[in-house]
Amino acid sequence: MRIEQDVLKILLAALLLMAAIPWTAGKLSSDIFFEWPFFFEVAIGGLLAGVMYSLVALGFVLIFKASGVFNFSQGAMVLFSALTLVGLNELGVPIWLAIVFTLAIMVVLAVVIERVVLRPLVNQEHIILFMATIGITYFLDGFGQTLWGSEVKLLDLGIPNSPGLYFGGQILINDFDLVAALIAGILVISLAFFFQYTRIGRALRAVADDHQAALSIGIPLKHIWVIVWAVAGIVALVAGIMWGSKLGVQFSLALIALKALPVLILGGFTSVPGAIIGGLIIGAGEKLAEVFIAPMIGGGIEDWFAYMLALAFLVFRPQGLFGEKIIERV
Amino acid sequence: MLYREAGEFKATYQADQAILTIRQDRWFMLALMVIAFLVIPLISSEYWLGTIMLPFLILALAALGLNVLTGYAGQLSLGTGGFMATGAFAAYKLATSFPDLHIFLVILLAGGITAVAGLLFGIPSLRIKGFYLAVATLASQFFLIWMFNKFGWFTNYSASGVISAPPMAVIGDSYVTGPYATAEAKYLFVLSIVVLFALMTKNLVRSNIGREWMAVRDMDIAAEIIGIRMLPTKLKAFAYSSFLCGIAGALWAFVYTGSVEPLAFDVNRSFQILFMIIIGGLGSIMGAFLGAGFIVLLPIFLNNAPHWIGLNIHVDLISHIEFMVFGALIIFFLIVEPHGLARLWQLLKEKLRLWPFPY
Amino acid sequence: MSIKRIKTSIIAAAVISGLIGASAALAADSQFVGSLVYRTGPYAPGGIPWADGFADYIELLNARDGGINGVKLELEECDTAYNTDKGVECYERLKNKGSTGMPAVMPLSTGITYALLDRVVADKIPLITSGYGRADAADGRIFPYVFVPPATYWGGADIAINYIANQEGGYGNLKGKKIALVYHDSAYGKEPIKTLQALASQYGFQFSEFPVPHPGLEQKATWLKIGRQLRPDYVLMWGWGVMNATAIKEAAAVGFPREKFIGVWWSGNDADMIPAGDAAKGYKSLQFNGVGSDFGVHKQIKSELYEKGKGSAKSAENTGEVAYNRGLQSAFILTEALRGAMAEYGNKPMTGEQVAWAMDRLDISADRLKEVGADGLFDPIKLSCADHLGKGRAKVTQWDGSKWVAISDWIEPHATMLRSMYEASAAAYAKEKGITPRDCK
Repeated sequence: MRIEQDVLKILLAALLLMAAIPWTAGKLSSDIFFEWPFFFEVAIGGLLAGVMYSLVALGFVLIFKASGVFNFSQGAMVLFSALTLVGLNELGVPIWLAIVFTLAIMVVLAVVIERVVLRPLVNQEHIILFMATIGITYFLDGFGQTLWGSEVKLLDLGIPNSPGLYFGGQILINDFDLVAALIAGILVISLAFFFQYTRIGRALRAVADDHQAALSIGIPLKHIWVIVWAVAGIVALVAGIMWGSKLGVQFSLALIALKALPVLILGGFTSVPGAIIGGLIIGAGEKLAEVFIAPMIGGGIEDWFAYMLALAFLVFRPQGLFGEKIIERV
Repeated sequence: MLYREAGEFKATYQADQAILTIRQDRWFMLALMVIAFLVIPLISSEYWLGTIMLPFLILALAALGLNVLTGYAGQLSLGTGGFMATGAFAAYKLATSFPDLHIFLVILLAGGITAVAGLLFGIPSLRIKGFYLAVATLASQFFLIWMFNKFGWFTNYSASGVISAPPMAVIGDSYVTGPYATAEAKYLFVLSIVVLFALMTKNLVRSNIGREWMAVRDMDIAAEIIGIRMLPTKLKAFAYSSFLCGIAGALWAFVYTGSVEPLAFDVNRSFQILFMIIIGGLGSIMGAFLGAGFIVLLPIFLNNAPHWIGLNIHVDLISHIEFMVFGALIIFFLIVEPHGLARLWQLLKEKLRLWPFPY
Repeated sequence: MSIKRIKTSIIAAAVISGLIGASAALAADSQFVGSLVYRTGPYAPGGIPWADGFADYIELLNARDGGINGVKLELEECDTAYNTDKGVECYERLKNKGSTGMPAVMPLSTGITYALLDRVVADKIPLITSGYGRADAADGRIFPYVFVPPATYWGGADIAINYIANQEGGYGNLKGKKIALVYHDSAYGKEPIKTLQALASQYGFQFSEFPVPHPGLEQKATWLKIGRQLRPDYVLMWGWGVMNATAIKEAAAVGFPREKFIGVWWSGNDADMIPAGDAAKGYKSLQFNGVGSDFGVHKQIKSELYEKGKGSAKSAENTGEVAYNRGLQSAFILTEALRGAMAEYGNKPMTGEQVAWAMDRLDISADRLKEVGADGLFDPIKLSCADHLGKGRAKVTQWDGSKWVAISDWIEPHATMLRSMYEASAAAYAKEKGITPRDCK
């Protein structure tokens, strides 16, 4: 992957600021407790949380990249997949089989969405397709709950949630977060591999570059869309499993899409590595801000800070850090 | 046969510039106004006026505001909820700091304050476009809600951070806020404001400002080349849009609910308003109303429908079905007419012109 | 083709709207009871058991006694999904149903409560907010139609501090202790802050606040601050929905002892403990009702409803959940008020105003609780024209990994201090809204 020079500069500046601002804040204000081990603890916790955001953001990126659709229903897909998985498990299906079934259901869902929603709306403006995915969101929310009910369900994968002390007992890192980060890492590497080295992956990239050119050299656009939605469904399932075992499987899972949006604009709508790096920056940035800046202005700033941070990056790179440069012609 | 331009002779420039050039359209609008101002308050129950018409009108006003920004000027925004909250809190501070201020002034000034907030948050739009801008405006949404939640000054230091509208009258004893305001008074008050601003907006988008907005929407580089200055044009759109949203927020807090907490204007509200203008039709005054009708009235209708036809279904199932049908209808309407309900309305009128002899 | 579709849909709409008028006929001699519930939406896990408890108690009266004094109760639910817009619509939809309209409204949401404050005054329908809503509505002179038994958030905060003082061996030992509050950053979560600040200055403990933005899916930063930096002696929580389980899990993740972590009643639902799993063991919560299903009223519900397949909840096992018991209690308060109103106005369906009259004189004694088999499940309540709260007591309970166990008796908050706070706050509200306090002799 080739990184443009100004991206590197921006990243470097961001890293410096992230360390410098808390340090200065700690020096200036007595309210703020600053120590390097604690700083790194917060930063690492933030990076790991950021990976969890990336998991959700990835689904958005895949679909936007291949079809230019801003898929609002990604959150609903996360909820739906997790509900289905747990629902099947509660019916007595063993967990591994339930995962297989859920994967199959997500693929069927992708086929249905392509047939019923995307195909009749082909060539429409972005915002119309966006609105159509909102229709899908409502439908999935209602459908998932009709099938599986609105009660909270426990999804226990047996991942330990105990605090572990690392680096000479100075820095506390949660085991669950480490496992989650590991899984997300594996997912990203396999996706990158899939995009880079398989036939379908190459076709996907061709479609992302230029729909018409891809069609003219014989890439079947409809199949590509089904594949991409199916892959997004699988990513949603992984996100659903990870977030579901963290929060319990319940309606609120659909709300995590809001945490993925700043990641998305920061990294760029069209870049898989952007979703990861965006997640890391947003995760670390918002946690550091909440711990080291918030006490001065009243706390609870995490949510808007993530968006403000993304906004600050956008001012320098309007297409996100790794997004394709927007070229405008008259 | 009757509904057509041909045969309507215009003798003055004023007649030539009228909003409604066809006689039947003018009659229709007149009839609509008579129905809205006289018939509906006379025949509707309190439930219809206070619970269905009131939120419909107020949200239609907010949708109108967003439609100016998104539909006419092409700037996608998800900050509507934040701007509505600004309007509501500004109105509250004005009404409690200056108890003698007339409610009309309170609401106008609240809109003005919101316009200033809109100006500030509109600045990034000069560099950021499309969905990037939409997500970036969420920054203003979350920030504004956090701010009203955090600083006690905005709520006069109430323990829960909830604002509550003092009783205010338009003239004499006819209260439009507080417990003793009748649903009819509230409805007529809101209706007048909404009609006033709809008319103003209609004229604004026909003026040179509106044409500038549309040029920017269609292609901003081209617009810049023909001499439209980006900064003032985009900021004007943000200011006017937030002005309308602020008024809608003030009406929501004062006239509709009476007491609100900042969470009443959370991000879901922003999404709701955006859905309205997409479903209703981007770049159309009518679309804001049709969209608000679709998003506000349809779920209520779907929720009530099983009851009306005598089906005794459990409430949770009704809600789930409501979601599914609502989602399916959104997709259905988009497939039938991707350019929104307003476009359907326009098509209907086109057909009427040719009726009964289509070629 | 689209025109044709429009025509069809217009005809369909006309047919359906014609049916609206036809459904107005309802039985004239039964008492309508409207219930605003949230069985769907992000908070449904806590709303479902409440709705079941409420419905079961009403149905129990119908099945066992044929209603109240021979007046059958007719329950209708309306799903709000915890959404204020929908809640207001539900209220307006239900308020005029039945022969006398809705006798009282229990909106079960802070947002809806605020949206209804003005409306209930105009409609003369009592608004009963059990353990939520405006704490200062305890002052019945300024809020004639709002009732807050059995407890308020301010009282809850006071009870939590009282319990901590007990644990530490008296209020004197609170000096220098660090107590933190983790709260949902909304009107609801902010309610206890003023009380806690007042108590902090009175008893000399150090109080710090940690707001969590709605909906509270991510609290790592908050808990790193609490668990690794501040290291408080106790943490209180005013959380809601998914925020509760996340907070408990994060507390476990930073190694904060759950035994020193006390939530308000809305942070003490069974549904919130399930996703937290083992992490929740030892966590404490205030409750304004008893826990478990070993009470007489549960046995009657099981034999009258569940054994005949008429229960609302999925199975009889769900009847002991905390939220279920709260639903029972709300239904109990409402039906007791209906009884009181009927004693004055005769055995017929009651209007909201008549129920408000009875609520002003509500007296649920210990004997009455024994009679219905709720001794120890609910606390006796006695209201008056000026006092719309009662004693405002609550218990502390602890999660043992599978159920709640009561670990204290009813704890009474500082009545005089809180009363003066209620009155001051209500007076400020009255001034803002131009309300003249009613005379309570």
